[in-house]
Amino acid sequence: MQPLLKVENLVKHYAAGRTAHSKDKLAALDGVSLSIPQKTTLALVGESGSGKSTLALCIACLEPPTSGNIWFEGIDVAALAENQQRILRPQIQLVFQDPASSLNPRWTALDIASEPFLVQRRFTKPDRAIRALQLLDRVAIPRKMASRRVDELSGGQKQRLAIARALALEPKLMILDEALSALDCSVQAQISNLLLELQSSLGMTYLFITHDFAMAAHLADQIAVMDRGRIVESGSAEKILSSPSHEVTRSLLAATPRFIETPNVLVNA
Amino acid sequence: MTLLLEVKDLHVSYSARTGEVCPALAGVNFDLAPGEILGVLGESGSGKSTLAAALLRLLPSNGRIQKGSVLFEGKNLLAARPQELRKIRGARIGLILQEPSSSLHPTLPVGKQVSDVLAAHESLDRRALSEKVSQLFESIFAGDAERISRSYPHELSGGQRQRVLIAQAIACGPSLVVADEPTASLDPTKQQEILHLFRTFQKELGLAIILITHNPALLANLADRILILYAGRVAEIGPTANVLSSPRHPYTAALLRCLPPDFDESQSARKANLHSIPGDPPDLSLHEAGCQFEPRCIERMKACKCDEPAATEVSELHEVSCFKFAG
Repeated sequence: MQPLLKVENLVKHYAAGRTAHSKDKLAALDGVSLSIPQKTTLALVGESGSGKSTLALCIACLEPPTSGNIWFEGIDVAALAENQQRILRPQIQLVFQDPASSLNPRWTALDIASEPFLVQRRFTKPDRAIRALQLLDRVAIPRKMASRRVDELSGGQKQRLAIARALALEPKLMILDEALSALDCSVQAQISNLLLELQSSLGMTYLFITHDFAMAAHLADQIAVMDRGRIVESGSAEKILSSPSHEVTRSLLAATPRFIETPNVLVNA
Repeated sequence: MTLLLEVKDLHVSYSARTGEVCPALAGVNFDLAPGEILGVLGESGSGKSTLAAALLRLLPSNGRIQKGSVLFEGKNLLAARPQELRKIRGARIGLILQEPSSSLHPTLPVGKQVSDVLAAHESLDRRALSEKVSQLFESIFAGDAERISRSYPHELSGGQRQRVLIAQAIACGPSLVVADEPTASLDPTKQQEILHLFRTFQKELGLAIILITHNPALLANLADRILILYAGRVAEIGPTANVLSSPRHPYTAALLRCLPPDFDESQSARKANLHSIPGDPPDLSLHEAGCQFEPRCIERMKACKCDEPAATEVSELHEVSCFKFAG
């Protein structure tokens, strides 16, 4: 089967010199290739500065790559003109690390969830409200919170709202850029359960960007490890976790904080 | 052994502009021995940063310490005069905050910023000062000390900036360092390096550390004891191994169940739902009676709704505030 997303030899250079005219280049992506089959999760693991977020921006058509191809359902995304990209963008949605800074604090939950319809000029005003309420139900935000402003929501509710907004246009691919990293562990558990539920009910495909190997191990089918703009190792989650072959993978695995002994609660529960 | 720090019945509240008073800490008790590492574990809103700020009396202007005492090296910090406090902060107690980029001055070389801390507390001449700063940098940035001390914060990585803050915190040879989420913005590998530094300084300098975090796994190989904070109260405090491997308070148990399974054995449990805690933390401005965890607790009893449980010792050094264990 054709993968939902296929990235081939993607290169992204940024100007790195002290002036705008400088010829110095920084290769944020240095020949990245990966593919994600439908309804699966690829975890992209790496340290900050390894190029994970640049890759996310290129895939979401928010940064033009310097060279290489991004195939989404067989369409070369990077080759599309701006107005064609606009048609494609709803299919690929992003959820960011810190919901407090990716949601306008003065908007209500309902405003946030219905904005994608407004931007894409879909539905009439009453329809938009109904659909936005359905989205809030979908991510288990109580209806009484719909008219609350973002800054009145808890951290977990904010991240649910960011996911509701991402779901609005029925995307096929969701890019989760450190979407769990800033959350408390009880909230992390709630949101990761929500992501799994959306995957099994809607067939969502995830690109899960993280530096937390424990969460990657839990959610991913495949893991790709990135270092300095390159994918240094990739494969099935089982394989990467049981026999990591690259040094970077091994050091990331070793640095993942974990309990020496499994807490009894996990067994008793 | 004499205690380094004793916190008794600490109550802190914030007042909103509407005049509403919201308690943030309600009756926090704990102590700390010299050279001990205490991990304070709590989720957002549990009052863990308020605790750090209250110990050093650095609360924002709408925050008030209503009652309690903080005895540090025999002196009650809550009753200390401002000039006494100034001699303690930075010299006897170091503070490390989460976001290193906002704790450093952007237009001064970091070496200068560390030397300023020393100069504020010790009367050293210029040569002695720069000698001491370079020693300090050498111990933290072995090999690259010279270059880093001349650098500006924006020229350094997040991990390097966090190390500069550690240099500032330990410059005057304090007996206690309070670190509030010191590794939250760092990668796992950098996190481990910072924790390693803490361990080294605890061993070599006999430094006591209060490490505040929301990540239980960080404390597993580091802390001597763990304090679990929930809704401004100490739910449980005890030796790290006991708290993490056989938690007694229903909240601690629920919190640890939320973690993804260890990945060696996770092959079968992968993509299975994680346990989560139903509901949200309480709104403390409502001043609800009873145990604050009662609405979310799976083991709640009749008594939980009416009264607040007191701390009960369940084994040596291990105290739990839950009616399950009340005499």
